[in-house]
Amino acid sequence: MTLFIEQCLNGLQFGLLLFMLAAGLTLVFGIMDLVNLAHGSLYMLGAYFAATFSALTGSFVLGAILAMLATLLVGMVVEVVAMRRLYGRDHLDHVLGTFGLILFFNESVRLIWGPAGLALPLPGWLQQPISILGFQYSAYKFSIIVVSLIVAGGLYALVMRTRIGMLIRAGASNREMVGALGVNIKLLYTLVFGLGAALAGLAGLMQAPILTVQIGMGENILILAFVITVIGGIGSIRGALVAALLVGFIDTLGRSYLPDMLREVLSPAAASTLAPALSSMLIYLLMAIVLIVKPEGLFSAGQR
Amino acid sequence: MPPKTSLLTLRNIVVALLLIALALLPVYAQLAGDRFALTLFTRIVIMALAAVSLNLILGFGGMMSFGHAVYLGIGGYAVGMLAKEGVYSGFVQWPVAILASALFALVIGALSLRTRGVYFIMITLAFAQMAYYIFAGIARYGGDDGLTIYKRSQFIEALNLSDKVQFYYVCLVILFAAIYLVYRLINSRFGMVLQGVRSNEVRMRAIGFATYRYKLTAFVIAGVLCGLSGALLANQADFVSPSVMYWTRSGDLIIMVVLGGMGTVIGPVMGAIALLVLEEVLSGFTEYWQIILGPLLLLVVLFARGGIDGLLATLGERFTLRRPS
Repeated sequence: MTLFIEQCLNGLQFGLLLFMLAAGLTLVFGIMDLVNLAHGSLYMLGAYFAATFSALTGSFVLGAILAMLATLLVGMVVEVVAMRRLYGRDHLDHVLGTFGLILFFNESVRLIWGPAGLALPLPGWLQQPISILGFQYSAYKFSIIVVSLIVAGGLYALVMRTRIGMLIRAGASNREMVGALGVNIKLLYTLVFGLGAALAGLAGLMQAPILTVQIGMGENILILAFVITVIGGIGSIRGALVAALLVGFIDTLGRSYLPDMLREVLSPAAASTLAPALSSMLIYLLMAIVLIVKPEGLFSAGQR
Repeated sequence: MPPKTSLLTLRNIVVALLLIALALLPVYAQLAGDRFALTLFTRIVIMALAAVSLNLILGFGGMMSFGHAVYLGIGGYAVGMLAKEGVYSGFVQWPVAILASALFALVIGALSLRTRGVYFIMITLAFAQMAYYIFAGIARYGGDDGLTIYKRSQFIEALNLSDKVQFYYVCLVILFAAIYLVYRLINSRFGMVLQGVRSNEVRMRAIGFATYRYKLTAFVIAGVLCGLSGALLANQADFVSPSVMYWTRSGDLIIMVVLGGMGTVIGPVMGAIALLVLEEVLSGFTEYWQIILGPLLLLVVLFARGGIDGLLATLGERFTLRRPS
């Protein structure tokens, strides 16, 4: 039972982490109509920045904050230099252009930080397990859950309760009209892109102590973020949250329980061959099912 | 009166020279003793076949598939898995590669084509990743590490695929056949409908075409051609691993198509040559060659949308305009 609760918490943690990545992706798509493959590169940069800054400052938290600011900055620069020219073009152009950016970022990271991965050590107070409701859980994973919930709440407040959020929502439903009403659309776009980048960077730096910081780390998880935006409905932040949690739970629980479940019905040999492949397929199966039932995703933003 | 179209444009001359050069390459390799050129160009010809197949749906059908490299893996694994089980006959391996690719294309096409736009991009991507994880998870066939193929596909006594020159010509003949097939297809009624769907699907449906079926058919044909390319690639490398169907490889294929010129029959071939030769040249200069390739791609997207083929056509027009007629 404790194992089950622990796996559920792991699922929640992974889901929230994915949400931060997917939220930026879906924001950028919903508002700028831009498919950004380089989103995973910003996730990677967040992790690299955090490793560097926390080594420089000697503080994990300070390093994390600096890393987020740095990713925000990189995101805004990328928007001004490259992305801005891609708006309003074909999706194929987006895919190709941002694919070029991935190559650029990966090689830049190799050039600056070297081909070997980095480690981002945790401070002592995050390494101890803490006890929640009478059982032990990793303090770091728990703090990821807390931080993600705060960020998700903050994002909700920003989008639903502030003037900027109003403009963002207005931009998502009708870009031309917002521009015609005198809103500085260019600045808004740069801000939104920077916000998405910072969220991706935060996700990257939070995942970094659990996995190693390495080149290409953003590419695998980017696909998951895409799957989430598709399941949730492109452009919908609420959809992204629901889909991210769904994917987080299914992936985590699938990996831990599917082998045992298969062993009940199949021979041990067959089960151990089939289980890893099947558990990594689960979320794609989920996506296929969602698309068969609702081709526009669970919560489609409705405008396209 | 419409202007007389001359066959002797700059573009056509370049294309003809290119095809002749491809056909004569082994002669050069033999004379100059440049064995590496033959290896490189065998790979280029195989990748060109994959790019030609992608172009059928991307360039002519307007279907932005981001998972096309999956067929490279399926075709490759059909060869590799059969070889592992002791079946070396190409008369079995290649049809299995084709059938498996067709079946996979039929299933994922039937599902993916229900969606459009960016959903389609991401779904094809996700299905390809799914296949990637499946093959990476099968321990019997090497899993992550891939599968070494100890014997190339066996056909008749006279044909030895282990011979570099013979293998090159087999690949080249298949590529030329594929180019001819695509050329005939797009100029047929089927191809006209397909291109109509690309320009305006709603209108095509309104005048009574079952566009879904046309798109699905094109999707399956493209999958089959790419699966064949995968079977060739596995034979060339004597190895197949899940990495051939990783999503960045699908990205490479798209780059080839766009770099060469989308929606032209020969463009993808030029794109494959350009990308792979560029890769060779740039990596000779610096280990960090992708730092150049990345921004270069962005520039092509921003400023040279017609690709190499479009560039040749434009150059050709300027060239003819300057002459007094």
